[in-house]
Amino acid sequence: MTSPPTTLGTGTRAARWARKHLFRTWLDSALTIVFGGLALYLIFRFVLFVFVNARWEIIQVNLKLLMVGRWPSDQLMVMAVSVAVLGLWVGLIAGLVHRRQMRAGQSRLTAMTGGQRVVDLVRRFGLIIGTVLLLLALTNTNGPWLMAATTVVASVVGRVIGGAAGTRVLPRWVARTGVLLLALVPFAIYVYLSRTLALADWEGFFFNITSAIAGIILCFPLGVLLALARRSKLRLLQSLSILYIEFVRGSPLFVLLLMANVSLEFFVPASIAPSKVIRAIVVFTIFTGAYLAEIVRGGLQSVPRGQEEAAKSLGLSPTKQMGLIVLPQALRNVIPAQIGQFISLFKDTTLAGLALGILDLLEGAKAITQQPDFRGQGLIIETLVFVGFLFWVGSFTMSRESQRLERKLGVGTR
Amino acid sequence: MTTTEGSSRPPFYRDVRVLKWLFQLVVFAIVAAIALWLWGNFRRNAAASGIPTSFDFLSAPATFSIPGADFNPNSPVRSAYVVGFLNTLRVSIVGIILATVLGVLIGIGRLSTNWVVSRLSAVYVEVFRNLPLLVLLTFVFLGVVLQFMPPIAEAWTPVSWIIVSNRGIGVPWYEGVSGWALLLVLAIGMVGWWLIARWRQRVFERTGQPSRAGILGSGFFLVTLILGWVLLGAMLTLPSIDGRQIIDGIRVDPSFFALLLGLAIYTASHIAEITRGSIQAVPRGQGEAAAALALTGFQRMWKVILPQAMRIAIPPLGNQYLNLIKNSSLGAGFAYFELTNVTQTTVGNGSPSVPAFFLTLVIYVVISLVTSGLVNLANQRFKVVER
Repeated sequence: MTSPPTTLGTGTRAARWARKHLFRTWLDSALTIVFGGLALYLIFRFVLFVFVNARWEIIQVNLKLLMVGRWPSDQLMVMAVSVAVLGLWVGLIAGLVHRRQMRAGQSRLTAMTGGQRVVDLVRRFGLIIGTVLLLLALTNTNGPWLMAATTVVASVVGRVIGGAAGTRVLPRWVARTGVLLLALVPFAIYVYLSRTLALADWEGFFFNITSAIAGIILCFPLGVLLALARRSKLRLLQSLSILYIEFVRGSPLFVLLLMANVSLEFFVPASIAPSKVIRAIVVFTIFTGAYLAEIVRGGLQSVPRGQEEAAKSLGLSPTKQMGLIVLPQALRNVIPAQIGQFISLFKDTTLAGLALGILDLLEGAKAITQQPDFRGQGLIIETLVFVGFLFWVGSFTMSRESQRLERKLGVGTR
Repeated sequence: MTTTEGSSRPPFYRDVRVLKWLFQLVVFAIVAAIALWLWGNFRRNAAASGIPTSFDFLSAPATFSIPGADFNPNSPVRSAYVVGFLNTLRVSIVGIILATVLGVLIGIGRLSTNWVVSRLSAVYVEVFRNLPLLVLLTFVFLGVVLQFMPPIAEAWTPVSWIIVSNRGIGVPWYEGVSGWALLLVLAIGMVGWWLIARWRQRVFERTGQPSRAGILGSGFFLVTLILGWVLLGAMLTLPSIDGRQIIDGIRVDPSFFALLLGLAIYTASHIAEITRGSIQAVPRGQGEAAAALALTGFQRMWKVILPQAMRIAIPPLGNQYLNLIKNSSLGAGFAYFELTNVTQTTVGNGSPSVPAFFLTLVIYVVISLVTSGLVNLANQRFKVVER
């Protein structure tokens, strides 16, 4: 498929590159001119809008409302502490995982110096870091800056402690208690946050993020059980599981959320009246559980039969065969697909705003254009671009990370 | 343990076969108990608030009108459901066609040797795949359609028979024949196309003459369509503005337009990725063999690579089509009267919510099952037959 060298071989390197990639044939040249023109025009319009025409005051004034909704202003310290603890937690886990991988001889990080590691992190999460800096620049108080700085310090400290703890061989009971405590941290943070503001009133981007995380954590046991039931030879269990999975996968999330809005109170005793946020999380769990079940089923199928047979020949009970040998490998193989499911749930949390009337990021963005100061000025474009950008940065970074993991795990190449 | 009789069957509480059934029955009993509990609550709460639990509401008058449809507010709720169902199908089918064409083109574009085209396609895919669909739809509806389409008084008419305004887009349409007669003509044209394609294929196999099935078939189709049109005495009506609305022709609602555009743009970004993956999954030798036969770039793609790639792409494409159909329920947020919006409106007008939404869910599940059945059929039909 190489073209004759006479047409490509002359000229400077740039000219040769252009001839090969832009003007190979007449048709190619035409495409380059048409689409290049289109691209330049779009870039021009976009830059003009973002840096000249757009009026970002509406975002700046309402930044807190968009991010955390009506969280009490004098209680923002609680939020800051939670975020810092979360940073410490992530750092600890990263350090422990790194040490483990080093002991197993799998880590590529050992070859990196500290500086290279920072560069690697910035390359992978640069978009998120940039977005956070942008949001900080939009604030007019020092609190958020302090919070960000504390979080960074906390996560670095966590990383160092985690790395140090990982090198040592700890007594089994210490290690087990430590893992249990680590697993309880998110719940502790939830309890701490909800003491300030009940879950029912969580709003803004905070709602989108937390409800997506809650949904993916809660749906996990459901999804794994459904997948095991669908794979089992017990006919009754299998048919129940198939019925559930196919019914949920065939119905639109939006309709389920609308149903939760108007029909749920008929199905529970009158004394329990779940709040809108809880309804949303319940529907997310029910919905994502069915999809996760299919993902896990795929993972179970990807584990070679020999693994199960080997476990059987070691005399493990069926529960142990599944729990210690097959399931861990299956779940590891489907991590990228699980991240994909999390991304789509993260994006779908916007549906809850519309269906249930929760003031999430998108609904908030629509609502602020109706404020007396901004009404009727066509600022919806600014707010929607801002909202879209935040969601986009999150989803894009996660999907790139999942591709990286996929390569690292070598799914499908073994 | 103490039994020493000849048959060494274990006691029933250690018999695996019994235990398996016992376990299943216990799980089933738990599920059934939860279901019964929910059902009991529902009966009690519904009775307490005096809300009917039957589907009788389907025969009551709807008491709302549906913009863009010939719908009498006095007709029963049942017919409102039918209109909503047809509207769902309408936006889904047109959306699927648009998204497929756009997505396949962009997927091919991503693999183009032309740097500008491949970069632009990549940017398209990465931008729209990672945006929430609802944000995109809101943007198209509130940001583009309602803001930039001119009001009816200053409607934009690029040619005299197209009217673009924020009250809708008017285009010419037929008048004077029933839809069924037109469908019959369409069916005749399609069957003729298929027969011609089969005949030309046989001629090609027997004699090696070029088959030209595409040109002959579509020609026959067009001629049938125009002849049928004239014979049926159909008239073409042009849209025009009468006061504050568009009359004659057919009016495309702004909400339909926005929903269609949003769904197509979003789904196309996913279809582009599927197309790219499938093309890359076709063995390289196929393209090289086609190049060795001196096929042009277009022939290579259209006749050799794409047919094989599409075969691989059928199952994931079907998934995207399913997603598009389910996502069309978001039309309810943009005043497009598809199934979900009809349900929401009729519930708002006093129909009992539980049966109304249950019916809607069942319709969606049936649509999904039928679609995935069709996809499976297509997959069977086009599967590689190993020799």
